[in-house]
Amino acid sequence: MHMADALLSPTVGGTMWAASSSAIAYCSAKVRKGLDDRKVPLMGVLGAFLFAAQMINFSIPGTGSSGHLGGGLLLTILLGPHAAFLTIASVLIVQALFFADGGLLALGCNIFNLGFFPAFVAYPCIYKKIAGERPGQARITVAAVAAAVAGLAMGAFAVVLETVSSGITSLPFSTFVVLMLPIHLAIGIVEGVVTAAVVTFVYKARPEILQGPVETRPVAGHSLRNILLAFLAAAVLTGGVVSWFASGDPDGLEWAIAKTTGKEELKGPEHGIHGMLTALQEKIAFLPDYSFKKPAEAKSEGPGAEGGAKSKGEAKKGEGSKLGTSLSGIVGGLITLVIVFLAGFLLKKRSQAA
Amino acid sequence: MASFEGTILDFKRLDQLATGGTSLHRIDARAKVLVALVFILSVVSFDRYALTALFPFFLYPAVVLALGNLPADYFVKKVALFLPFALAVGMLNPLFDREVMVRLGPFDISGGWVSCASIVVRAILTISAALLLVGVTGFPEICRALERLGVPQTFAVQLLFLYRYIFVLTEEGTRSSRARELRSFGGKGLGIKSYGSLVGHLLLRTWMRADRIHMSMLARGFTGEFHALQPSRFGGRELLFLLGWSALFIVLRLRNVSRLLGSLVTGAPP
Amino acid sequence: MSHHLVEAENLRHIYPDGTVALRDVSFRITHGESVAVIGANGAGKSTLLLHLNGYLAPTSGGVRIGDLSFTKKTLPEIRRRVGMVFQDPDDQLFMPTVYEDVAFGPVNLGLSASEVETRVQEALEQVGAEHLRERPPYRLSGGEKKRVAIATVLSMAPDILVMDEPTSGLDPFARRRLMELLKDFRHTKIFTSHDLDMVLELCERTIVLHDGEVRADGPTREIFRDDSLLAACRLEKPLSMQGCPVCGSPILKTEKGGGT
Repeated sequence: MHMADALLSPTVGGTMWAASSSAIAYCSAKVRKGLDDRKVPLMGVLGAFLFAAQMINFSIPGTGSSGHLGGGLLLTILLGPHAAFLTIASVLIVQALFFADGGLLALGCNIFNLGFFPAFVAYPCIYKKIAGERPGQARITVAAVAAAVAGLAMGAFAVVLETVSSGITSLPFSTFVVLMLPIHLAIGIVEGVVTAAVVTFVYKARPEILQGPVETRPVAGHSLRNILLAFLAAAVLTGGVVSWFASGDPDGLEWAIAKTTGKEELKGPEHGIHGMLTALQEKIAFLPDYSFKKPAEAKSEGPGAEGGAKSKGEAKKGEGSKLGTSLSGIVGGLITLVIVFLAGFLLKKRSQAA
Repeated sequence: MASFEGTILDFKRLDQLATGGTSLHRIDARAKVLVALVFILSVVSFDRYALTALFPFFLYPAVVLALGNLPADYFVKKVALFLPFALAVGMLNPLFDREVMVRLGPFDISGGWVSCASIVVRAILTISAALLLVGVTGFPEICRALERLGVPQTFAVQLLFLYRYIFVLTEEGTRSSRARELRSFGGKGLGIKSYGSLVGHLLLRTWMRADRIHMSMLARGFTGEFHALQPSRFGGRELLFLLGWSALFIVLRLRNVSRLLGSLVTGAPP
Repeated sequence: MSHHLVEAENLRHIYPDGTVALRDVSFRITHGESVAVIGANGAGKSTLLLHLNGYLAPTSGGVRIGDLSFTKKTLPEIRRRVGMVFQDPDDQLFMPTVYEDVAFGPVNLGLSASEVETRVQEALEQVGAEHLRERPPYRLSGGEKKRVAIATVLSMAPDILVMDEPTSGLDPFARRRLMELLKDFRHTKIFTSHDLDMVLELCERTIVLHDGEVRADGPTREIFRDDSLLAACRLEKPLSMQGCPVCGSPILKTEKGGGT
């Protein structure tokens, strides 16, 4: 599932961008070192293929709805993890630029969620282990379904983590998990089946394509560790830098999170939705203390942050009432819009006349 | 996802707009990419309740539209297409965040609605920035700018190929898909098995095409390295463009200009 | 002028899956000749062509271009000398604009920016496509694509021009235009084609392949007069010859029914 800009805080978004960029750099270096100079046109063309394939729908038996191929696992089976990651990243970039799929800030998250997990976790640890050397159709299907489900589940969980730690939406963690995971399990099964269908077809027609993915080096273990280390380093660096930047800013994120902590959710079941969700939350007790409070507290204890959430909250309350009583902001906003519109209009007239 | 024909037309339209000859088009792509980046970063770094502070940022898309001679209705339509998604995401907030934030006469507006509106406005701004960047620069130029800005060559060149062959492959995909539809008599034949072989065929043809492309690359002396064609000029104009816009965005980010203007007009303290 | 020589000696190629694509092909093409390689589908034409620039290596036997045999060191020079144009121009036009596609070869040769510019300009002029310089390939018509594809190869200043099905997919006007263009080239030309009328017009020599072997190698007109040979190789006379066998004038044979 795609992550949306709207739900993402710059800190989390920036961190994931750093992670994805490091991964892209790493994979580019790996692909370049490989001996097959066929790779670059192959990656590009297969990316275009994925693009086109995603526009073809199939009907999902039993539901009456239609679906389309995600393709991450398929690409990894065909190209190997490094080249596949790059291809997936580039398809997502094109989609974000041309179709606003998720947005540009969330692109870092999407590249990581939809690329890293299928290519570097699901494929080597699950698909390859189950499929083995020369798999028959049944084996391919089982392996693909398992890998797709795992990959999507990890991606979905990552989306939840990213969203919750961003603090922009008020949806509680456990609710989110309950919403996301079952859907993605189902999607994963379908994706696995469809991937297996395509792979089986290719295997029957041109088995040599599958026998040696474009790279031959094993990925799990050593390389995975390097990736994780790079990610960790980038995350710490970015988190530190960005929170330092944000700390000087009165419109801090901490206040926003503190403002809508679990306080409201833990209130009595006054309204239907709240009550239901509160009840749900209590039922899902495996992470009972993980409510909205946690990210705020963690942030204020983190490096570079200032003060506790409380004092920030008080400072902000004053501002809130300011907003509440004065019309200046709204009037000013409207004036600004008018000015902007006029400016654009006049400029356009000028450039057309020129 | 969108229909085939619609998608290809979209690509072609945006690609064509990028060949316009305005002064904005002639600015080096790196400057434009960087400015778009600063813009997006400034916009997304606001807190969730920022609303009027975002309005001055519309100056950037307005100016780009005007100076780049881009059709406003086309872009407005494209952005409008994505508003429902942004709205759907933002709608969750009023449900959970009910504490009143603003009083407009007799109306109490909760923080949830403010943040919802903020999400929508932010979406409009960032989506416009991306689309307009493509409209005045063109995707191939963006790829090259990225490469010069430090993106690995393998990745940037592969992006170029991807873009180039989207046109070819979406056409092939359309043909296959249409052939299948014509033999489906009302949708019964769109099952997973037929999908598997349709996409499988497309995949095999694509693979063989990649082989042939590689063949022609070799035939023209390709030995593994892609060489840059023209040196790019990042001159004074580009620097001015970059610094000017960046400075503006930083100022707008740090000061709520809307409120300042409003206070001037209403006489209330800023 | 010996470096324009194209020589195949007992060329044999077996694909990894066991298909024998070429068995014992030998010929010698000299400077300035215009040769067509014709045959049924699967006869081995494309395979043969791919040996001429070293993309495929023979299972046994050899190919020489001029005085060069195929080694890793000589490949770049061979690929400069032998300009190969493939059947589907979309496979050859992989850069964002025409200019960059035509410049791809010279840039790979290591020429300076101004030299590249000169080469591109000349090549585009030769094929009549200077006005297409900045176009992206998807905005070209079929005929334009073919001409630009040829330009991408001409910019490397080859001595030998090899083309796989040059006129396939072209409308009559584009086809005629391409043929006029090819007639003007002074290079050694080697084509494969199903367009037998083009072969008749453009190539004075023809090699007939069947089942991976050379069944005939000689003057085009003679070969097209040999009905039994043509039939055995799943070919037939060019349409323009299906009238008078002597002068090729289009007199339709009434008793044979519409001669398609």
